[in-house]
Amino acid sequence: MARRPVALIPGRLAALLVALLCLGPLVPLLLAGGGGLAPADWAALRFTLWQAALSAALSAALAVPVARALARRAFAGRAALVALLGAPFLLPALAAVLGLLALFGRGGIVSDALAALGLPRLSIYGAGGVVLAHVFLNLPLATRLLLAGWEAIPAERFRLAATLDAPVWRLLERPMLARALPGTVATVFALSLASFAVALTLGGGPAATTVELAIYQALRFEADFAGAATLALVQYAIGGAAAALAWALAPPPPWGAGRGRPVARWDAGGRLARWGDAAALALASAFLLLPLGAAALRGLAGLAELPAGTGRAALNSLLVALGAALACLVLALPLALRGGALARLAGSLPLAASALVLGTGAALLLRPLVAPSALALPLAALVDGLLALPFAVALLGPAAEEAEARHGRLADALRLGGWARLRLLHLPLLRPALGLSLGLAAALSAGSLGVVALLGGDEATLPLLAARLLGAYRTEAAAAVTLLALLLGLALLLLFDLWGRRAAA
Amino acid sequence: MLRLDGLLLGREGFRLAADWAVPEGARVALLGPSGGGKSTLVDAVAGFLAPLAGRVLWRGADLGPLAPGDRPVGVLFQDGNLFPHLTVAQNAGLALRPGPRLRPEERGRVEAALSRVGLGGLGERRPAGLSGGQAARAALARVLLQGRPLVLLDEPFGALGPAQRAGMLDLTLEALPEATLLLVTHDPGEARRLGGLAAVVAGGVAEAPRPVAAVLDDPPPALRAYLSRG
Repeated sequence: MARRPVALIPGRLAALLVALLCLGPLVPLLLAGGGGLAPADWAALRFTLWQAALSAALSAALAVPVARALARRAFAGRAALVALLGAPFLLPALAAVLGLLALFGRGGIVSDALAALGLPRLSIYGAGGVVLAHVFLNLPLATRLLLAGWEAIPAERFRLAATLDAPVWRLLERPMLARALPGTVATVFALSLASFAVALTLGGGPAATTVELAIYQALRFEADFAGAATLALVQYAIGGAAAALAWALAPPPPWGAGRGRPVARWDAGGRLARWGDAAALALASAFLLLPLGAAALRGLAGLAELPAGTGRAALNSLLVALGAALACLVLALPLALRGGALARLAGSLPLAASALVLGTGAALLLRPLVAPSALALPLAALVDGLLALPFAVALLGPAAEEAEARHGRLADALRLGGWARLRLLHLPLLRPALGLSLGLAAALSAGSLGVVALLGGDEATLPLLAARLLGAYRTEAAAAVTLLALLLGLALLLLFDLWGRRAAA
Repeated sequence: MLRLDGLLLGREGFRLAADWAVPEGARVALLGPSGGGKSTLVDAVAGFLAPLAGRVLWRGADLGPLAPGDRPVGVLFQDGNLFPHLTVAQNAGLALRPGPRLRPEERGRVEAALSRVGLGGLGERRPAGLSGGQAARAALARVLLQGRPLVLLDEPFGALGPAQRAGMLDLTLEALPEATLLLVTHDPGEARRLGGLAAVVAGGVAEAPRPVAAVLDDPPPALRAYLSRG
């Protein structure tokens, strides 16, 4: 018998369910929307594309010197810096916004210094702030993607280049960047198209409204369902196209990047190169650490003035995060066990969707039956779980393949099929990947704003509460609530991950 | 009788033909160079590889329609013979039922099988806590409990030192006195120790088994080339 994929039927069911959840919202959107775009909508579309392109170009360009310095320098704290580059992925976008406000905002540290010198204060509300926040959030990811490109160059090539006294930049690095940069730019572009929290808090107004923000305003303030549906279709189209582009140009996933040691180099001994690398690393570290530190300090100071609804919001966030982890697992595990092209396709479908689009579709679908706001929390859990699916499938798929490769024949010989195979072979061997997947889904959900903000209702989560406080210019309280959301996400990530790593022995 | 009836096997760019039979209880060493197709032949008998043509017959019945677990076949693999998260007793017990919890009567049988292979009292250990030799014994205990009449040994003791390897082979022969055995090996000494038949697998053909002494004393050209290189 040739090797058969296991879990054929559950895998197909899960793929069907993912397709329904990702593509189903298109139906009510197509039915309700389709009217033309108003001039303001065109402006939102133009701004969305412009800011995403600028954010992607800046992130990738700034990532080049940082990644190169990391690739060729050994220094104390290198591992910590590489780990720090992974953090913004899990950081609630609001934490980034609050950090940047604390540093560069009107009442921020830099403005205070400028004012002391008699200069005007800075403001990061508007287009500049949106791009700044996107660069802050995506520079680390771009750096890790490019670092993976550098690490993919075999060390022998650098040695060969050194013996030939050949130009490393022209011979090795530029060709590598020519391959790695398009995928990096496309990835950041796709992520910057759909970062609602940044647009909501820093954007707004005619000059800095994204499509997602326009959807939110149409639905929340104007009850303009047809307009929201049309905008959601636009967002779906550009998000899908960008995700497909990033997928086609896909750089290798950067999970392993930076674990290896830097490669010994003979071309980088000059004083200029050393000082340049040191400056790149110092500036990047400061750009990442100072806002986070400032946000944490404000958050700690704000803990004293937590608003009344905080406990309730924390409970809601916890429930939504756990629900998202469960939903993600229920969809990801059958897909990972089935494997193959169908699983890969279904696992990447959510990359094209965004919380706002899915939420708008759900609102239109549910409106005749029930007030969508009544279901805001369960819908948020479902959507968050769906959006975490690509990461879970990427973690679980290889683990399932390895379990089958190592023990599949033994399990076949022992007639272990169905539940017995799941219980005896897959669940124990996939447990580390399961723990990390659950933790990632929960942590991403604990920091996400999307669906709950869109559907509103009486119940708030921590990020929504923080966004409301920020809207009321209660910055310290907002920072404190965001800090709680961050801590909740980290705690869930650690707990699930610990559970996964706790070996059966 | 195990009969390979006009069997033709294929993997990417590779073909292997076999057409012979051995009586029940025969002990057959499959000898030949790496990549010659020894493991391919074992995979076909075990049910992991569907033949391009021909049949595998056991006691006159075609094994083709049967899944690996439903064949009268026990297998000792090169590695991955034990699930790392189960105890030795649970691993061996999988021969009796597809679950980690055993009935008291089954537990007794598992304990007896473990004692028989020299692992008495080690049933609660996990594979990580075993030496290579002990792990091989635990897998042998599982095959013993399965009680299948046809046992395939795909270089199962390859990771052990020479002395241990000989000891494990002796233990296997002693524990499975009635079984029909197919042993994949690189080592002519191991084939002699098995003391039955030997079939040379090389050049796209698995030749009909002959008494091991005859094969090794007057090796066919393919085997001679391989042995002289070693």
